[in-house]
Amino acid sequence: MRALASLFCGFIFGWGLFISGMIRPDKVLGFLDVLAIPSGNWDPSLAVVMAAALAVTGLGYALARRRAPLFEAQNQWPTQTVIDRPLLVGSALFGIGWGLVGLCPGPAIENLATLSPPVIIFVVAMAAGMIAYRLLETRAAASVERALATATATDG
Amino acid sequence: MANFTPISAAIGGALIGLAAVMLMRLNGRIAGITGIFAGLIEAQSTDWSWRATFVVGLVAAPLSAALIGYTVPIPQMPPSLAMIAVAGLLVGFGTRLSNGCTSGHGVCGIARFSPRSIIATGIFMAAAVIVVALTRHVVGG
Repeated sequence: MRALASLFCGFIFGWGLFISGMIRPDKVLGFLDVLAIPSGNWDPSLAVVMAAALAVTGLGYALARRRAPLFEAQNQWPTQTVIDRPLLVGSALFGIGWGLVGLCPGPAIENLATLSPPVIIFVVAMAAGMIAYRLLETRAAASVERALATATATDG
Repeated sequence: MANFTPISAAIGGALIGLAAVMLMRLNGRIAGITGIFAGLIEAQSTDWSWRATFVVGLVAAPLSAALIGYTVPIPQMPPSLAMIAVAGLLVGFGTRLSNGCTSGHGVCGIARFSPRSIIATGIFMAAAVIVVALTRHVVGG
């Protein structure tokens, strides 16, 4: 049931990106191009998409907060609250990549449906970036563990 | 503002919100594409079935649109494949480092008033705006 439910959610999400035009990188770039405001060629659509999505999600989440989900024991709300360097640096790197092509992860994956070779290259590179992050994180965790072990050994 | 499409934007945005709320009410999960996709491709993940079906649904949407007569445009991509690859790497690495993208931070995070997500969204929006300003108006001319 969980898999079927999320198939449906992914499908609705995909239709949302499609109808809003956010599946199209040129439309996203048309929003990000704020220097086009004076010439009248700026496209504020993405702001409307965000506003509508936030209104529905904000209301729905407020109602969901007190209820357990249908197919799971409890809601898994994110727990991180600290504003740290990875958040700031990661967001900046993501924004640079997004601005270069106009694709963020959702529309990138959805556009695989077009079998466009440049999109496939983008998604493969995106997956490689995620795996690279995981490898670095694992290695960093291992080196912290080693450092801790050494510290304990010295103290002990 | 010749390209502005407020009605389809509002309908599409509402559908995105609806999908996010449904995923929470049904499966108790945040509709963050980065987290969902990363959980699929990173080996240690155990609960991959709902992630896989979400991605299948996402890709099926434009296919179903094409079936009922909509035109699904081939996305306009920059000519440089090297630039596309670099952009993809930055998006993949950056979204994992900051733990979210436009959906996870921009929609789901801000909707629950998370300060982390509000800051993340401000930064990636600003960075993208600067990059577009540079590539379209400074370098590209």
